Amino acid sequence: MDNSNNENQNDGDDMSTQSPATKSLGDVAAKRAKQNMGGSAPLGVGLEARGVHAWFGKHLALEDVSLDFSAGTVTALIGPSGCGKSTFIRTLNRMHEFIPSAAMAGQVLLDGRDIYEPGIDVTKIRLQIGMVFQKPNPFPSMTIGENVLAGLKLAQIKHEGNKDDLLEECLVRAGLWTEVKDRLGAHAGGLSGGQQQRLCIARSLALKPKVLLMDEPCSALDPGSTLRIEDTIAQLSKTMTIVIVTHNMQQAARVSDYTAFFLAEGGPGHMVEVGPTNEIFSRPKDERTENYVSGRFG
Amino acid sequence: MPAPTAETPDPRKLTTKHRASDRLFRAVVTTFSFSALIILTLIGLFLLIKGFSTFKEQGLHFFTTAGWSVTQDANGKDVGHFGLSAMLLGTVLIALVALFIAVPLSVLTALFLTFYAPERIRTFLVSVVDLMAAFPSILYGLWGFFILGPMAEYWAKLINKYLGWIPFLSVPQPSFTRSPFIAGIVLAVMIVPIVTSVSREVFSQTPLDRVQAAYALGASKWGMIKAVVLPFGSSGIVGGAMLGLGRAFGETVAVYSVLNIVFRPNWHILFTQGGNVASMIIGQWGEAGKAEVSALLAAGLVLFVLTLLVNFAADFVVNRAVKSGR
Ligand SMILES: Nc1ncnc2c1ncn2[C@@H]1O[C@H](COP(=O)(O)OP(=O)(O)OP(=O)(O)O)[C@@H](O)[C@H]1O
Ligand SMILES: [Mg+2]
Repeated sequence: MDNSNNENQNDGDDMSTQSPATKSLGDVAAKRAKQNMGGSAPLGVGLEARGVHAWFGKHLALEDVSLDFSAGTVTALIGPSGCGKSTFIRTLNRMHEFIPSAAMAGQVLLDGRDIYEPGIDVTKIRLQIGMVFQKPNPFPSMTIGENVLAGLKLAQIKHEGNKDDLLEECLVRAGLWTEVKDRLGAHAGGLSGGQQQRLCIARSLALKPKVLLMDEPCSALDPGSTLRIEDTIAQLSKTMTIVIVTHNMQQAARVSDYTAFFLAEGGPGHMVEVGPTNEIFSRPKDERTENYVSGRFG
Repeated sequence: MPAPTAETPDPRKLTTKHRASDRLFRAVVTTFSFSALIILTLIGLFLLIKGFSTFKEQGLHFFTTAGWSVTQDANGKDVGHFGLSAMLLGTVLIALVALFIAVPLSVLTALFLTFYAPERIRTFLVSVVDLMAAFPSILYGLWGFFILGPMAEYWAKLINKYLGWIPFLSVPQPSFTRSPFIAGIVLAVMIVPIVTSVSREVFSQTPLDRVQAAYALGASKWGMIKAVVLPFGSSGIVGGAMLGLGRAFGETVAVYSVLNIVFRPNWHILFTQGGNVASMIIGQWGEAGKAEVSALLAAGLVLFVLTLLVNFAADFVVNRAVKSGR
């Protein structure tokens, strides 16, 4: 049933074609690709969008996006403001439908199965596809520890094993453990923005999602916090599939294996091209991508 | 860089000359906006002056005893024995019964209207609930007397049969008509609109990012409401309940139509004896002599202060809930 996620872009061996005359972003991306060489085989489950369209009322915001996120990869979505990146990423875990009058067409396959299939329990889908938002949004009435485990309670999942272990594991993976281990009982509102965002990542991880969607997770954070979160992403990508929206080209180059470029051009947003990140940044096929990544517009 | 000046000047006073028409209008709106305060103060003063003799004669007994009678002493002079305790107890009991029923009902209604109802049903139901608030209270009274009373009597018997071992649900004699319980139900229906609309207001301000966070963690709608909406809205619910309480304290006609007012403290809410300050006042008004009028106005002052306090507290809680975002 799940062969769709194995046959897509071949990971790893794309950096061999790296030309010497690359721009700096291409270098960054290539460096990252090299680091990933020889890593363990990717785990997790892939996600595939097929012909996704999205509407807000009558307004078509996103047109015909097909994109394959293979297991264990990090894909960056880039493009100018308003081109539909958020809209697209929200169709991937069915958050799009919370907006009244929002509609979508197409398919999103998780592990080969359409998450929009009739009769599917959408809350179960969201357990497998976690999401981190632009603005850190911990639950202020809960403590740090309660926040991390909030998902278990919300989704009424029985956790086999020790909850304290899970708590520690999630906070360690989110890169927050050392900073908060002595004040797990404190309220989450007392953390800095960057810490709150890592807390939100930890909160997603507690549900052991197979895919993690991040919509500009660092745009409200300082450079230091941003780097910490990028480290976290690099760690997480060993075990899960990650999709990240970012306006920061450097970040896209640093963290992602693949990059997809979106553009609206006055009409509905669509995907211009997708490819290995170092190729998108060094020798994109489309001129519009070239202009965008080199900072000539957008 | 300019050299630091020796002295920073005082800020200048910013003035403008208002036109005559503007000044006139300003005077008019100012007067009118203070009129509410002035009227309220005058009413309070009036009650205090008229009721003062009662407070002086009865002292603390006015609050601790339950009798309400006028006798004549040896010289044929009227002597009043006035005590509000039964009425105060009854007022609080009825209001509590009303809250006990109205708050869950209103919170669930508000949750439905905010999170579940389709747009059209929402608009329709909101106007129905608002209409409930505008309904004359004598109509609630008549409904309570003719329709609800007999039904609620049956419920009261059931409750008494199965839960009668709880002290306040027992009855000294098997008589269940016109009880505080029934008055409480009528009041509950009357305060549902205010509690619902305050709850709705607060619920609708639940921060969207927290709602989304809950959903993204696989929460069902009910799970999201429990984790996000209710903690956020709890102080708003409390404030709404207190506004309802303020209304319940003061409600007169509807309670008067359904309650059997007896000047004897009664804890048994299912039993056919009750008290209520406001209803007692209209009940006694008709044939009151001079001394009794003073006592009734003193009772009015007690009610006035009670209602004022509850409403101030409610306003405070609601405003804080709406502003602070937690
Ligand atoms: N809630 C909404 N209601 C109506 N239209 C919306 C809504 N959200 C987004 N849109 C429209 O959909 C289009 C895509 O918006 P989207 O938020 O996906 O862009 P984006 O690429 O994420 O932009 P940014 O980089 O600024 O976050 C825009 O034209 C926007 O106006
Ligand atoms: Mg966006």
